[in-house]
This record gives sequence, structure tokens and C-alpha cells, in this order.
Amino acid sequence: MLSEVLRNNLNLTGTKEGCNTGDCGACSVLLDGALVCACLVLAVEAQDRSIETIEGVAKDGKLHPIQQKLLEHAGLQCGICTPGIVIASRALLEKNPDPTESEVRYWLAGNLCRCTGYDKIIRAVMDAGATMRGE
Amino acid sequence: MQSVQYAAPTTLAQATQALQGASDAKILAGGTDLLVQMKLGIREPGLIVDIKRIPELTAFTLGEHGLHLGAALTSAILHDDAQVRARYPGFMEALGLIGSSQVQGRCSAGGNLCNASPAADSVPALIVNRAVCNILGPAGERSVAVEAFTTGPGKNCLGSGEILVSIDLPLPAPRSSDAYLRFIPRTEMDIAVAGAAVALTLDAAGVCTAARVAIGAVAPTALLVPAAAEALIGTALDDTALANAAAAASAAASPITDKRGTAEYRKKVVGVLVRRAALIAKARIEADS
Repeated sequence: MLSEVLRNNLNLTGTKEGCNTGDCGACSVLLDGALVCACLVLAVEAQDRSIETIEGVAKDGKLHPIQQKLLEHAGLQCGICTPGIVIASRALLEKNPDPTESEVRYWLAGNLCRCTGYDKIIRAVMDAGATMRGE
Repeated sequence: MQSVQYAAPTTLAQATQALQGASDAKILAGGTDLLVQMKLGIREPGLIVDIKRIPELTAFTLGEHGLHLGAALTSAILHDDAQVRARYPGFMEALGLIGSSQVQGRCSAGGNLCNASPAADSVPALIVNRAVCNILGPAGERSVAVEAFTTGPGKNCLGSGEILVSIDLPLPAPRSSDAYLRFIPRTEMDIAVAGAAVALTLDAAGVCTAARVAIGAVAPTALLVPAAAEALIGTALDDTALANAAAAASAAASPITDKRGTAEYRKKVVGVLVRRAALIAKARIEADS
């Protein structure tokens, strides 16, 4: 699986392994720009494709607004779901820069968090959207 | 997982050849069913034929003849097309209900059909849109109405070496629209307890001149229910007509009782869904005209 190759062969351990059946979103990555679970992609399918992982989200030591807002809103506790949340919400905000709360909640329905109860995550993503829109 | 061979043909001819050469081959599109089934030990193919590098399998066109959909085109790509969403709102809302955003990045209408779950959300919506499945195999090409494609839970009409290549949805007539509703006890990320799709055409006076009704998760396959459509045609979708359509859908349902609901409950709720989906399709036509 792509998730195993990322973690075990390439040492890119930011992509987490949760359910391993495509239900929890902890292994979210972009494959040719499409949001997918890396646990449901054969590594061989990714040959010659572009893969974006959490390791590429912060640039030059500067956190992405979504990462910054997750910290400010205390949108994480154990942190296992966080890389997947960041990848998924960044994909949403690039497609839809001004989503409603309902749209954020539906978009992130495939990213399970067992710590926060989601409210702080949703607030952080909404706030990051506002920051990215320059508000 | 057992050792598995992998082939990624770039033409349909190569793909059919690869499938014919192996008795235990499985076609891989988005993998959101197949790879999970392999992890659970439900399927152990000796050869996986990844069809996503065949250009026509992941392409789509929307033109005067309707929507031509490569069988492995992902829901996410199709959903980004505003014209497709406007033409087939019910089909697109059904397709968009499958799994999570991550699953949408991989799953396809063709895969949803081939996996043949009785609860597959996109299938009733394809049926009411008169979709046709284009199949290529060792004996050549053939086309099958979508309501005849699935033959039972997990079973479809594909023969040995055959591939579902594309799906055609005719362009809806003027003053037509569709809608899909499912019942789940949650708000997202669940499998239908019951589902219903309705496509309608109304004349300028609001009288229904054509209708298709299909129901899901209440029989071994999604069902076209002509009696429910007949209850709507010739009416202005008044309460009596809607109640008759609901009753026809409930009568056509032959659900099982399982952890998602009892047979009795599913028969009742599928009628309610037909009535509500018909009203949504009607409202969409009125909003467009």
C-alpha cells in the first residue's frame, strides 16, 4: 500500500496509519491533486504520479495557516488525525475558499478524531479560511 | 495479503487480453471496494488489472447526446463540472453520497455498479436517467440497460474477460429533473437503509408527462418501479398521486431484515423517500423554468 511505502520505505511518517480500510482519513494524501486515503492505494498505482504529503505543507519553516489555526484553537490533542485533517482541509480551501460550516463538516466527515469532538477543528479550518482570504 | 500480479494496460485491447489470460483476475478502478475486500480476505485475486491508465476509462463528455462517462472516472472529477451537476442533479447527489471526500477521490459510478451492492447509491439514480452500460469483451462490444447490469448482491452481468467501459446517460428532455434520497441513521458516511431516485418531466401546466422511479437497498438489486412512475404520469403530483407512487414502491420492495433496519420498516420508508424525491425533482424543474 502507498501508506506503507511512504512510512516504512521513504520514512515519511507524517502520514498516519489508522483504520487501514479507508474509513478514518489519517493517511490522507493528494494523488495527482486528488484527496485519497493512502491505505487504499496500491503503491504501484502511484508510479509516475504526483504525491503530496503532510511533510510538504509547511514551507521554509513556516506553518500553513491551517496548521497555525489548529494550534491556536487547540484543534488537536493526541495528533494522530491532524496530518490527515490538514491535508483534507487544505484541499477543501483550495477548491472552495469560503466554505460554510456545514460544508467543512461534510468535507471532513471522513477524518475521524477521537479526542477533540470536532468543534475546535471546524473553527480552526473556518478561521484559516478567513486568514487565507485576507480577512 | 497473498502475492498478487499487477498489470496497468494503456489500451482496452491490452486489458481484455490480460483478463482473458487469468482465471482469477480482478479489475481495479478506484479500489475503494476491491482493496478493502482484499484486506478483509473476502477476495484473493491472482491478477489485478488497473484500468485507470486507459484514457477512455477516465474521460467524460457532456454533449447533445448526453453524458458519456468513462467507467473509472472518479466522482470528485465529475463533481467539479458545474454543467454535469446542473443537468443531472439527482445522479450527482447520489454519486456524491458514496463514502468520504477521500473515497470520492477514487470511487466511480462504474465501480459502484460493478461492486453490485444492493445499497449502491448511484445505481437507482442511473436507472431513472435511463443509463446504458457499454461493455467490451472477447466477443466484442455490447450494451446493457443499467437496470439489467446488476444481477444480485455482489453479482453483475459481466462475463469472463468483459470490462464495463463506459456509461451513457441520455440528455434529459426540457422541463425534466431528477432527485435521489436515502435514509441513514447518521448524516454522512453510511450505507443506505433504503434509497429512492425519481426523474420527472412536466409540461408547461405542471402535469407530469414522463417519470422513472427506482429504489435501492430494498431488494437484491436496485429496482425500476414502473407502477410508481405510472402513478405519477398524467397528474400534477398531487397528494393522491404521490401516495399511490409511494404505495407502489413499497409494494415492489422485498427487503431483508438486518442490522440497518427491519424489512417492514424498509418497505414503509422507501415509499416515503419516493414521495419526497418526486417533490424535490418537481421543485428543481420549477426553479429552472
